[in-house]
Amino acid sequence: MSLDARKSYDFLMQHAIYIVLIGLIIVIAIYDPRFMSVTTIRDILLQSSTRAIIALGAAFVLITGGVDLSTGRVVGLTAVLSASMLQVADYSRRFYPDMPDLPLWLPIMLAILAGLLVGVINGTIVAKFSVPPFIATLGTMVMVYGVNSIYFDMKPNESQPIGGLRSDFTELGSGAFGTGEYSVPYIVIIAIVISILVWVIFSKTRLGKNMYAIGGNVHAAIVSGINVERNLLYLYAIAGALYGLAGVLEAARTGGATNNYGNMYELDAIAACVVGGVSTAGGIGTVPGILAGVLIFGVINYGLTFIGINPYWQLIIKGLIIVAAVAFDIRKYLNKK
Amino acid sequence: MASQDILLEMRNVSKEFPGVKALDSVNLKVRAGTVHALMGENGAGKSTLMKCLFGIYKPDSGEILLDAKKVEISNSKAALDLGISMIHQELHPVPHRNVMDNLWLGRYPVKGFGPFKLVDEAKMLRDTEQLFKDLQIDLDPKILLGKLSVSKVQSIEIAKAVSFNAKVIVMDEPTSSLTGNEVEQLFNIIRDLKKRGVAIIYISHKMEEILEISDEVTVMRDGKYIGTWPAAELTTDMIISKMVGRDLTQRFPERFNNPGDVVLRIEGLTACDAKSFKDISFDLKKGEILGIGGLVGSQRTELIEALFGLRTVSSGKFVLNSKEISIKSPIAAKKHKIALLTEERRATGIFPVLSVLENTAIAKQARYETSYLLLNEKQRVADAEQSMQKLRIKTPSIKTLIKNLSGGNQQKVLLSRWLLTEPEILLLDEPTRGIDVGAKFEIYSIIAELARQGRSIVMISSEMPELLGMSDRIMVMCEGRLTGIVDGNKASEEEIMRLATQRLS
Repeated sequence: MSLDARKSYDFLMQHAIYIVLIGLIIVIAIYDPRFMSVTTIRDILLQSSTRAIIALGAAFVLITGGVDLSTGRVVGLTAVLSASMLQVADYSRRFYPDMPDLPLWLPIMLAILAGLLVGVINGTIVAKFSVPPFIATLGTMVMVYGVNSIYFDMKPNESQPIGGLRSDFTELGSGAFGTGEYSVPYIVIIAIVISILVWVIFSKTRLGKNMYAIGGNVHAAIVSGINVERNLLYLYAIAGALYGLAGVLEAARTGGATNNYGNMYELDAIAACVVGGVSTAGGIGTVPGILAGVLIFGVINYGLTFIGINPYWQLIIKGLIIVAAVAFDIRKYLNKK
Repeated sequence: MASQDILLEMRNVSKEFPGVKALDSVNLKVRAGTVHALMGENGAGKSTLMKCLFGIYKPDSGEILLDAKKVEISNSKAALDLGISMIHQELHPVPHRNVMDNLWLGRYPVKGFGPFKLVDEAKMLRDTEQLFKDLQIDLDPKILLGKLSVSKVQSIEIAKAVSFNAKVIVMDEPTSSLTGNEVEQLFNIIRDLKKRGVAIIYISHKMEEILEISDEVTVMRDGKYIGTWPAAELTTDMIISKMVGRDLTQRFPERFNNPGDVVLRIEGLTACDAKSFKDISFDLKKGEILGIGGLVGSQRTELIEALFGLRTVSSGKFVLNSKEISIKSPIAAKKHKIALLTEERRATGIFPVLSVLENTAIAKQARYETSYLLLNEKQRVADAEQSMQKLRIKTPSIKTLIKNLSGGNQQKVLLSRWLLTEPEILLLDEPTRGIDVGAKFEIYSIIAELARQGRSIVMISSEMPELLGMSDRIMVMCEGRLTGIVDGNKASEEEIMRLATQRLS
């Protein structure tokens, strides 16, 4: 291969994910030109926003070489928590019938803190007790669902879907800056802000550098004098807080919550990360890549429905993309040897 | 004995690696029913020769004859089929399976019809018991392998070799982790194997053992064949001088360092692990290069890792600049301005998937942090680029992934990682291992310059010339004990080798 050919090959390899994303959009647009509209883009972004926040959270753990299975259940827990405290006063099955209306930020903060707490527990089990992340988070995943279900089943709610949410809360999930075609949903803005924050943590802070180092070679990280335990704890905690925020937004967006919210979201998050170039062996992953991974699934979900493809076929296509993306990504590292 | 038939002959075997002639027309003739010791310093080419015999490396030229017939050995399975077995220095058993599962791994006896085959456990048990009875090994075939001592695992490896009907068994440092009693047991098994006509190639650094168990001795040096002698005609001193007898061919930079006051004093340091180092005391002076010599199993790496807080000690004192300190983690070591370049560059040094920049900056990260928790990127890049220039690291850019650099350049990146932390004491474990000759000289120059600047250096090296050429003083260890500290300018290779093989009980 000549040097130029080599360079363009490398370029294609490095940017494959973005090329696939654009290619996908073009194919769908050729099939049905109506796809290329501001409404479509806004809808895809809206649907991808909470998923992006969840995937970014999961990436904190994946890049350290771990995996977090508790993701979805934490989303469910914080959706229920925030919704239960933000119902209108005259709702007949109010979770807390006699509680005065709380300021909007308080339940939201409490829910995010709950997510953070689960992250701290995950981090402690993994870092202090050296339990493999898969097992540690499998345990907390089951426990968090248990805790959430007990709460959800308390009187007077008794496992009824939580509804009647305050309008200032639902506005957060469904409202937008501006009106009409060119409005930007709040939730999209939140996802963008979070993405920028995470990008800063990943690439500009000590915690981020340590995260890549721990995932890249944990032994070398120890020898380099990195406090691996403490860093893992922080990273799992941030991941938990992000799931917490996502749970709040899910409740706000859908105007309700049940204890089954967020079920299996961890798998979507992991899929988006690996498709976006995060290495499950640790040490590799970028925010733009992860966002592209989330958007690919967003485009597939929306676009394939848009052109009328059977949802079951969509599952098969999604599965193929996950496997193909990783097989392709691995090649990038194999042929260097 | 000399009348016995030659079972295995390796004739004019040569093997070249990029930049190194690892084997240069080496000959080896092993007779049936004898123990043939293969001797040489670390890096003399013993392991390479054995890997050629075992089909792990393909020799560039030369031939291997078994029973006077020329054989081609292209992989280890072919070697096993020809009756050549190897007991590795590091054993690789499956600890969670039992003894007989390990023994018959990969060739379980089966019974059944057509495609429906089951493992024949009964036959496996019978065969194992018979084998152990023959070899007088007293072991329960059903016990989990992980519960056994190293010596027991080794006897299973030997039983495995015998079960392959091995005619030639290579033992690479078989006694490195055995106690005196266990060595005796091993020797009994070896004597029994001799009676069965098995030829044993025995690699060891331990002189007494060699003289006790072997019939003939072949010495190698720098990849060359030096000669073969009957063991009965040799003494320890004769073997040592044959092993090291050469001029210093490698060049070393001139050193202008001037050892000053004592910086670090270690008193009675003893590892928690009873098999590791015991009761080590020494001083390290400012601006001094203190070499540590010793053979495989001398516990030098363990000692140096304990100085860096990577291993726990049960007793002993660290006195740094006249103050007693404790070093319980690398974080603490770093605070006391101690740095460590580990022996295994790939396993514990580099972050392969990260760039040269990240690999350089990682240990100093905390000091790049500004008040807003952000890192000072400009400073990071400037430091990395300065390091590249100072240490003359060859890399397309600081954004290049470190795994794409040569071994020598990776080592320089690791050195620059630690130099950025401005250490007072540098612990270097085999700093030039796996590095080509040109880059070695550059690393020596860096080390010499650091010492001149007044930094104290502790350097483990298994290469005699390097130890003698670079050290102000050389501390020699044998089996976890400190056997002597000699003046680096006056010491001879023979003296160090004697200390390195001097067993203290």
